[in-house]
Amino acid sequence: MAPRTVVRHQFDAVIVGAGGAGLMAALEASKRCRVAVVSKLYPTRSHTGTAQGGIGAALANVEPDSWEWHMFDTVKGSDYLADQDAVEAMCREAVEVVYDLEHMGLPFNRTPEGKIDQRRFGGHTKEFGKAPVRRSCYAADRTGHMILQTLYQQCIKQQVTFFDEYHLLDLLIEHGRCAGLVALCLATGELHVFHAKSVLLATGGFGRMFKVTSNAYTLTGDGCAVAFRRGVPLQDMEFFQFHPTGIYGLGILVTEGARGEGGVLRNGRGERFMERYAPTLLDLAPRDMISRAIYLEIRDGRGVDGKDYVHLDLRHLGRDVIEGKLPDIADFVRTYLGVDPVKELVPVQPTAHYAMGGLPTTLEAQVLADGVSRPLIGLYAAGECACVSVHGANRLGTNSLVDIVVFGRRGGRHMANALASMDWPTMPAAPEARAQDLIGRLTSPASGESAAQIRAELQQIMMDHVSVFRVGDGLKEALGGLSSLRSRYQHVAVRDRALQFNVELEEALELGYLLDLAWATAVAALARTESRGAHSREDFPKRDDANWLKHSLASLHDDTVALAYKPVRITKFPPKERTY
Amino acid sequence: MEIRIKIQRFDPERDEAPHWRQYQVGAQPMDRVLDVLHTVRWQHDGGLAFRRSCGHGICGSDAMEINGRNRLACKELVKSLRQPITVAPMRGFRVVKDLMVDMTAFFEKYRAVRPYLMTDDAPPEKERLQSPEQRERYDDTTKCILCGACTTACPSFWANGKFLGPAAIVQAHRFLMDSRDQGAEQRAGVLNDASGVWRCRTIFNCTDACPRGIQVTKAIGDVKKLLVARSASPDGPPARAQRAGGPPSA
Ligand SMILES: Cc1cc2nc3c(=O)[nH]c(=O)nc-3n(C[C@H](O)[C@H](O)[C@H](O)COP(=O)(O)OP(=O)(O)OC[C@H]3O[C@@H](n4cnc5c(N)ncnc54)[C@H](O)[C@@H]3O)c2cc1C
Ligand code: FES
Repeated sequence: MAPRTVVRHQFDAVIVGAGGAGLMAALEASKRCRVAVVSKLYPTRSHTGTAQGGIGAALANVEPDSWEWHMFDTVKGSDYLADQDAVEAMCREAVEVVYDLEHMGLPFNRTPEGKIDQRRFGGHTKEFGKAPVRRSCYAADRTGHMILQTLYQQCIKQQVTFFDEYHLLDLLIEHGRCAGLVALCLATGELHVFHAKSVLLATGGFGRMFKVTSNAYTLTGDGCAVAFRRGVPLQDMEFFQFHPTGIYGLGILVTEGARGEGGVLRNGRGERFMERYAPTLLDLAPRDMISRAIYLEIRDGRGVDGKDYVHLDLRHLGRDVIEGKLPDIADFVRTYLGVDPVKELVPVQPTAHYAMGGLPTTLEAQVLADGVSRPLIGLYAAGECACVSVHGANRLGTNSLVDIVVFGRRGGRHMANALASMDWPTMPAAPEARAQDLIGRLTSPASGESAAQIRAELQQIMMDHVSVFRVGDGLKEALGGLSSLRSRYQHVAVRDRALQFNVELEEALELGYLLDLAWATAVAALARTESRGAHSREDFPKRDDANWLKHSLASLHDDTVALAYKPVRITKFPPKERTY
Repeated sequence: MEIRIKIQRFDPERDEAPHWRQYQVGAQPMDRVLDVLHTVRWQHDGGLAFRRSCGHGICGSDAMEINGRNRLACKELVKSLRQPITVAPMRGFRVVKDLMVDMTAFFEKYRAVRPYLMTDDAPPEKERLQSPEQRERYDDTTKCILCGACTTACPSFWANGKFLGPAAIVQAHRFLMDSRDQGAEQRAGVLNDASGVWRCRTIFNCTDACPRGIQVTKAIGDVKKLLVARSASPDGPPARAQRAGGPPSA
C-alpha cells in the first residue's frame, strides 16, 4: 500500500474532541494562545448533546443548598472512592460555571422569579443525606444539547479553529513529553501531523464495548486507548456505570429527571420495588443500586411477563409535566416503542452508560505519566475520558456535565498558562510512521475477518460477564474470550480501500480501541475482590476498605495488562456504610 | 422480516455519477432505517458511507431523503415505510460520498447570522433573570440540532443556493426572541438581505421535514414580522428588503 500524503501543522495547543469538555477547554485556552480543535465528529454531533437531565450545582435557587452537601453526596455516591480534594474543587466551582453558562446564553428553565430552575436527581440530598434536594439545573430534557450548542456558539464568536472530521490516530510521546499528534482526515484520507506544545484529550467515553448502551456508536474510547498504547496508565477501569432506565431493547436513555419529577419503577407485579432496597431515597437512590435492584427483581422472576425488563411509571405526572419537562423522552418512547407515557407504562432495563475510569489526571487536568504524581509534560485530559477522580466507583447524575465544564476549563487554563515557559518539543524522526503502520495493517491483507463480527462478539461477552453483576469465573471466561478476539483482530481486513470517507476503516480502528479498553476493564474487575459502587462481585459482595480503598492503575507492558494501585485522597468525609 | 432498500451510491474515487443499488436484508420489527443501513454496511458492503452518531435523533448526523422526504434515519421505523425504501442524500449540497453531503456551506450560513448571545452589559454576579414566559418565546427554536433537513427540503433553497435557508433563520430566531440578547441590529442586515428571510415563500416543507417538530415556518414568520416592525420604527434600519421579493404585503 502506498504511504498516505502527510500534511503538517503547528499550534500552541491542540484539543482533541469537541464535546463539552473539549469546547470548554478551547474557549479558555484560545483566549491566550493559538488553539486547534480536532474532532472526528462535527462539534455539534458530540455525545454531550444527548445529556438530558441536568447539571448539578448548589445554587440554592428553590431551597437551601450548599456545595458541601453536594460534595458529601458525590463522595458517598462514589462509594468513597472519589478523591475528595477533586470533588471539593468541582462542587465549589459548579456554582460559578453554571452562572458562566447562563451568561453565555444557555436557556435554562426558570423559576417564577426568573432564576435558574432546579430539580431533584438521584443521590442528591440536603443536610448530608436527610432528603432529596433540588440541585439539578436543567433546560427541559435537553440540558446537554443546550450546553453543547452554547459552547459551540461561543467558539464561533471567539473564532476558534476547528478541524472537523479528523480522527486522532496517535500521540507523539517521547522522553516523558507530548509533542503533538497524528490524525486521519476523513474527507481525504491524508494524515495530518500536529506539532504542539500541549495536547488535551477530550474524546469521551466507551460504552460501545457493551451490547446495550446509551452511548453513541462513536463512543469508542479513542483517546484513552491511544494514550494507553503509548504507555499511559488507565485508572479505575473496573468501574462502569449502568443506568437503570434504558429503553427496553434499545438502550436509549430515559433520564433520571423522569424520576426526579416523580416517576416510579414497578416490577412485573406492579410493586414499587425500590421501597425494599432504598427506603429513604426510593426511586432516587444512586444508579448502581437501582440497576442491581432491577437485575435482582428480574432474576427472582418479577420482571414484566417473565422477561428481562421492568416498568417506569410516569402516568401520574400528567400530560403537562411530561410534555413540558420531558418532551424528548415522550417523543423517544412514542417513536421507538409506540408507547404513550401519559397513559402507558414504559419498559426499561439497565443500559451501559458512563465510564468512571479513564486517564489519571491532576486537578488541573494534566495527565499523570505514572498514574500517581508525575505529569506527562504537554498532555492533558478532561471529561469522560479522564479520571480525576470525582466519580470514584459510581457517578451521580448531573455530575458529568459539571465535571466536563469545570475540568475542561481548568485544563484549558493551565495549558494556556504553562505555554509561555515551554519551548517547542522536538518531533520524532518519522512522526506519522506508527499511524501509517496501523492503517497499513488493516488495509493491506487481501482477505480476512470483518470488524463487525468481532465487535458483536465483544459486546456480547462484556454484557454477559462484565456488566451489572460480575463473578470470578465469568470474568475469567471473558478474559479468555477477549484474548481470542484480540488475536482475531490481528487478521481483520478492511475491504474498502477508498481514501475518502472510509467508514469501514474508521470502524475497524474504533474496534481496536474498544478491545484494548475492554481488556483493561476485565483485568481490573477480576483483580478487585470486593464490591464497591458499580463494581459488584457476587463472589465478594461486601465493600472491603481494609484492602480495597484504593484506585487501580492498568498499564500495557509487552502485551499484558499490569495492575498497580494508589491511595484515595480523603479530606472531609471518612468512609461509612452506604445506605439510602 | 425482509426489507428491500434502494440506496443512492456514489464513490468519488470510482464513479462518474451517482447510481442506485438495491439490497434485500433481514430486519427486526422495531428496526429503523439506520439499523438497515448498518446491516448493509456490516454484512454486505463495508464501504457504504453515511454519518451517524447518537442513534436517537439528537446529534443531527443522519438527515437524508427517505422515500422522498427528509428524515433522520435513526428515527424512521422501517415497518411504517413503503418498500422498496429509497434512501438518497439531502438535496442541494454537494454529495461527497454515498449518503454524505458537504455541510460546509450549511455551517457558513449558520455562522452568518451570528448564532451567539450578544449583549452590551456586563453580566451580573449571578444569573440574568428571565421569566418563564420570556423563555417560552424562543423555547421551540432552541431544539434545533443543525441536521440540515429543513434547508435541504426547501424549494427556495433548491432554486437559489445563496438563500440563507430555514436552519440559519431558526438560529437567528432563537437569539432575536431571547430577552437577554441585544444583537438584533447586527443580525438584521443578513436577514433582510436579498438572500435573507424574504426568499421564504411559506411552503412549509421545512416544518414537515424538521425531526424536532420545530414550527420552522412560523419561526421564519416571526423573524419577518420583527424586521418589518424594526424598519417601521424610527430607530430601526431602513427597509432594504422590498427589492428581494418584498415582505408578504408587497
Ligand atoms: C444519553 C446520555 C444522557 C446523559 N445525561 C447526563 C446528564 O443529564 N447529566 C450529566 O451530568 N451527565 C449526563 N450524561 C453523561 C455526559 O453527557 C457525558 O459524560 C459527557 O457529556 C461527556 O462529555 P465529553 O466532552 O467528555 O465527551 P463527548 O461529548 O462524548 O465528546 C467526545 C468528543 O471527542 C471526539 N472524538 C472521539 N474520538 C475521537 C478521535 N479518535 N479523534 C478525534 N476526535 C475524537 C468526538 O468527535 C467528540 O467531539 C449523559 C450521557 C448520555 C449518554
Ligand atoms: S444518529 Fe444522531 S440524529 Fe440520528
